[in-house]
Amino acid sequence: MLNVIWGFFLIGGILTGAFLGRMDLVTNAVIDGGKSAVELAFTMAGVVATWAGVLKIAERGGMIDALAQKCTLFLDFLFPEVPRTHPARKYIAANFAANFLGLGWAATPAGLLAMQELAKLNRQEGRASNAMCMFLVVNMSSLQLVTVNILAYRAEYGSAAPAEIMGVGIVATLVTTIVGILLAKLLEGRGH
Amino acid sequence: MRLLLVISDFIIPVTVLLIVVFGCLRRVNLYEAFLEGAKEGLQTVVEILPTLIGLMVGVEVLRAGGLLELLTKLLTPLETAFGFPAALAPLTLVRLVSSSAAVGLLTDIFATYGPDSFVGRVSSVMMCCTETVFYTMSLYFLSVHITKTRHTLFCALVANFTGVWIALVLVRYVFGVG
Repeated sequence: MLNVIWGFFLIGGILTGAFLGRMDLVTNAVIDGGKSAVELAFTMAGVVATWAGVLKIAERGGMIDALAQKCTLFLDFLFPEVPRTHPARKYIAANFAANFLGLGWAATPAGLLAMQELAKLNRQEGRASNAMCMFLVVNMSSLQLVTVNILAYRAEYGSAAPAEIMGVGIVATLVTTIVGILLAKLLEGRGH
Repeated sequence: MRLLLVISDFIIPVTVLLIVVFGCLRRVNLYEAFLEGAKEGLQTVVEILPTLIGLMVGVEVLRAGGLLELLTKLLTPLETAFGFPAALAPLTLVRLVSSSAAVGLLTDIFATYGPDSFVGRVSSVMMCCTETVFYTMSLYFLSVHITKTRHTLFCALVANFTGVWIALVLVRYVFGVG
């Protein structure tokens, strides 16, 4: 699937560029895309390393285990095939908690660790397990309590009440997360 | 609003403080643990760098070629036929692909219509409940060499479009169309 999408991005982009006479822009994109990725990685390196360090302290202190313990029922429901003692659980819990608080940068290292642990449980190489699909669906349905950036932009552009959309935003994100979870549950039985 | 800003200023330092104090109480070797984690974190960034490069080249080429604008133009009549504001059509597509481009569109909408307009409010809510699906999927799946992603994309897209729709409905219900 990712192959198809990526190929489509490139082929579609280049062909439309040729068709619309925007090849100069496409040329720049090919060159600059890699550059901006490396620049992003430089920014990411510092932040991700810091959070991964803090996460390790939390892990050694037993905080993350405690967090996973608190979420036992929720995790049982979402990831029935991940054993209760498996380390994947604590990283998933840490990732969800960080996302929920809006600490996107802190969520990434925990999320990548969670995927690594889920990969150890995966029996079919190259094929996503139910747990992986569920984990990413919850991640991508954007379960987040406060989106400070949006409020800041609203304030910047002269909103009379930047935070007025927060309540609606929380309800909307709850709905998308529930829809994502239910749909993933519905579809995960197929294709065995 | 003021309270929210205070909370957002506090959330990161307080999280770090809690973790470090807790670590102290549990007699964790703080600095050593931090360094070990940071090292692993750096390795992770290096490992995902090729994915990032591939992804950003793809997204940049797609945007530069103008395919997104073309798709937006093609989809707009369809979306307006369902009572969907034309001003929001580009954002719904771009949001799936690039977070920074979506923020650009969002601030365009704010500048043109104002953040307290109907489309301004809907786009604000949309940004809260949608995610850059392709970025997230590529990053996480490719980090563990998964290519068969099964129902993940479909679920994520349905959740995203539900988000767009619910944003529209809720804002209309709570704030009106004014």
